[in-house]
Amino acid sequence: MPPPFFSNSQGSGVAEESGRGLTGFLSRLGGRRGADGTAESPAIDDRGADQAGPVYGTKALRKFLSMLSTREAPVLLDLGPVIGPNLNFFGESLGCKVFIEDLFTDVERHARAGTLADLPANFESRLTQADNSVDGILAWDLIDYLDVPAAQALATQLTRLLRVDGALLAFFNATQVRSDEPRHYTKYVVVDDNTLRHRQYPGSRARQRVFQNRDIIRLFEGLRVSDSFLLQTNIREILFRKPAYLSGQ
Amino acid sequence: MWKRDEAVKPTGQTAGTPAPAPAAAVPPAAPSAVRPDASASPRRDVVNIGKSVVIKGELNGSEDLTIEGHVEGKIELRDHVLTIGPNGKIKAELFAKSVIVLGEVIGNVTASEKVDIRDNGSVDGDIVSPRVAIAEGAHFRGSVDMQRGAGKQAAPARTESKPVPAQPQQQQQGQQKVGV
Repeated sequence: MPPPFFSNSQGSGVAEESGRGLTGFLSRLGGRRGADGTAESPAIDDRGADQAGPVYGTKALRKFLSMLSTREAPVLLDLGPVIGPNLNFFGESLGCKVFIEDLFTDVERHARAGTLADLPANFESRLTQADNSVDGILAWDLIDYLDVPAAQALATQLTRLLRVDGALLAFFNATQVRSDEPRHYTKYVVVDDNTLRHRQYPGSRARQRVFQNRDIIRLFEGLRVSDSFLLQTNIREILFRKPAYLSGQ
Repeated sequence: MWKRDEAVKPTGQTAGTPAPAPAAAVPPAAPSAVRPDASASPRRDVVNIGKSVVIKGELNGSEDLTIEGHVEGKIELRDHVLTIGPNGKIKAELFAKSVIVLGEVIGNVTASEKVDIRDNGSVDGDIVSPRVAIAEGAHFRGSVDMQRGAGKQAAPARTESKPVPAQPQQQQQGQQKVGV
């Protein structure tokens, strides 16, 4: 088996990796040395996690960030798996206190155990943060993997946690779900304000359905859609805000 | 010449070896839980807590420490590196200059310089540290606060706090070899 740095680069559309020739070889050697922790490292790294996967533009992230930047010591809730570059981005650059609650793990656990019907109850007790305590929530595309009752339970909890004028960013895929829909989840690595790297990782749950816009609005009754973008990738990026008049405050 | 040879034989030592006899006799007989690490550089004191050791209570120290056993309570190494080895299982509040996690930690972790969760390392708790490294494959659940930790570095501005941990990082890299 050839050593890993001789294999072809994985994924598609990743232009910035210099993979061929002596230069690429040496740069990869350098990268491996860094991965061993002997070279200098950024404030947060997850050792190569940001190196793979195609890069796509994002429209809503910048708006989400601009909201966070107006807050002093903002509190962020990330519902995806822990990703070093994201912690670096939000924790160090934006000064956020970041809560990591990887609900994809919960979905995966229940899917494997055949207890997906218990997910709504799980979500009701899973997030222990206080009401109105979070400035921003990154839900990524989690809701695409949920049945409607679980999605509703989660949306209710997220609405409860969000502070007035706080923002929630969620992605919804607009392409029809196929019968052979691939079973994987996606890690969204923040490259910069306008760019996300999509890194797929295996799972036992596929996307469940296409949520129509009206269904999404119903799910998040206590929030209002402030921005919505349909990207060329057929991902709908929706930014919700919690208005005072809907919060009961 | 003959007299000189006979005088040497009774000591049982080979030529050239010094005579630290009493100290050398003790360690093999006593399976001490806390022992100096043989691979450590001579300049830095590193202590290991073996995997059969269970400690409940408060652990304070002024030298680098690697834990392979179980600890419940509180661990405080304010100016030193704490390494939780792959076999280490910790249910405690951790305070150290740097914390390297290869095992399992349940509890809050506060480091004045850096928290490093390595591959297969697991932390369930809140992290306060100006620098955090999380490896692919590591588990983390909790919150990360990098600004409060940076504030303790006596650098009020965010941007000024970055260079502070960079210098002692080299010390930590030397230390990492010990725990792995």
